Amino acid sequence: MTEEIIIAGFGGQGVLSMGKILAYSGIMQDQEVSWFPSYGPEMRGGTANVTVILSDDRISSPVLNQFDTAIILNQQSLDKFESMLKPGGILIYDPNGIFNPPTRTDLKIFKIDGTRLAAEKGQPKIFNMIVLGAFLKAKPIVKIENVRKGLEKSLPERHHKLIPMNLEALELGEQELVEVR
Amino acid sequence: MGDIRLMKGNEVIAEAAIRCGCDAYFGYPITPQSEVMETLMARAPWEETGMVVLQAESEVASINMLFGGASAGKKVMTSSSSPGISLMAEGISYMAGAELPGLIVNVQRGGPGLGTIQPSQADYFQATKGGGHGDYRLFVLAPNSVQEMADFVDLGFEKSFKYRNPAMILTDGVIGQMMEKVELTAFKPRWTDLQVEEISGSWAATGKNKNRKQHIMTSLEMVSERQEKNNERFQAKYKQMQEEDVMFEEIQCDDAEYIIVAYGVSSRISAKAVDLLREKGIKAGLFRPITLFPFPNKRINELADKAKGFLSVEMNAGQMVEDVRLSVLGKTKVEHFGRMGGIIATPSEVVEAIESKLIGG
Repeated sequence: MTEEIIIAGFGGQGVLSMGKILAYSGIMQDQEVSWFPSYGPEMRGGTANVTVILSDDRISSPVLNQFDTAIILNQQSLDKFESMLKPGGILIYDPNGIFNPPTRTDLKIFKIDGTRLAAEKGQPKIFNMIVLGAFLKAKPIVKIENVRKGLEKSLPERHHKLIPMNLEALELGEQELVEVR
Repeated sequence: MGDIRLMKGNEVIAEAAIRCGCDAYFGYPITPQSEVMETLMARAPWEETGMVVLQAESEVASINMLFGGASAGKKVMTSSSSPGISLMAEGISYMAGAELPGLIVNVQRGGPGLGTIQPSQADYFQATKGGGHGDYRLFVLAPNSVQEMADFVDLGFEKSFKYRNPAMILTDGVIGQMMEKVELTAFKPRWTDLQVEEISGSWAATGKNKNRKQHIMTSLEMVSERQEKNNERFQAKYKQMQEEDVMFEEIQCDDAEYIIVAYGVSSRISAKAVDLLREKGIKAGLFRPITLFPFPNKRINELADKAKGFLSVEMNAGQMVEDVRLSVLGKTKVEHFGRMGGIIATPSEVVEAIESKLIGG
């Protein structure tokens, strides 16, 4: 199994850390992983994206132009990456700020209203975990148990008290995923 | 299972330096490799192993601090990105001339000049043909994974001391910035004064006593006859590197009609391209030089007996392709494909290049 994922949105939305948590979860289930960010003059409010690959085999290219899944968090990223999905691929997007929804008919398309849900909870920082939960509902490539292990391994001990809140956000994302078509 | 982590290539360079018993790191920040010194500063190895980490006032200062540390027989390193390496070129040449070991990491970005902060492989000529003046070579390692970034720090030091010559890890912004699973090795203690004396006492400034002449670290020799002897000794080392320490990897080259030659991130992209080509029924293979100097020209020449063509894939206008041509010696076609300016070629572009330049061309 190899899963090639692009996560794209604004800097500050937790795009890179979502990818990192996903990669760590892959390691926890003995997979090979790679995580390659766009880097450079990106900052809060600019665009940010990361390519994450999880595989049972050695990973060849960490840089891709075709993806199995796109997790899309703003309009610019939708415009850029919709065409780069493989036929039959999965596209998950947060409708907040999307004025031109996806048009391809050969994809499985899902929505997760992460921005609104995080705001309702009064915890904007859990936004990326809500979206990750939604993705894992649509495509359960890693077990939630392994996400928890990954968080334990990647977060310093003093932040471990935040893990339950993050796992709840994952669950919320799972529940709120909406299949568009 | 050892210590498994998810780390950036740059971060792992720092961690590997601490773990292999490096004595000192001198550097100056530059994108895309600033995480090397950031990680070292955060890890504070001076408290753990006694390793010195110092932010110099410039790259010129860094490389001259390397010269000083190496003169004392210490394992010293620096890292930078392309424009910074240009600033170090003089010092690197002096180290080669004074026969000093040391490890230099170049996380390449696009040029010339300040160029771009995005990844590139445009410093191949600089790394393998000199860079500084005066007919010297570096031992050049080209990692293509975060794991190799870790492993090659120790290996680079080993070869650097074997040859008393600076070694370089030539990598790029992708390998530096990407995270992968990495297994870290156990800690090796730094050399004691006694070990330094054993390993490098015959030439290093380890403290003169009345039983020996002083050791002078210099690249200056005013008598031409003596300087020619020096040059011959250097050249003999480079020849020995070619005989003893060539490293490469072959992927599906056995039955390959078309062979991609690529190093660093380009070899990862090309590995994917080989899979795509094989799916199309095209017998493609990947040859990856791991040492760029010494270059694996013998093996490439052997492969040229059977292959219908070679494609050198590099993020530049065509540099390593010259060494591939010198290896193939006209036996078969050799073409180049590359992107520049910080653009990373995609696997499908490499597939198209094979089809248009080798199969159709």
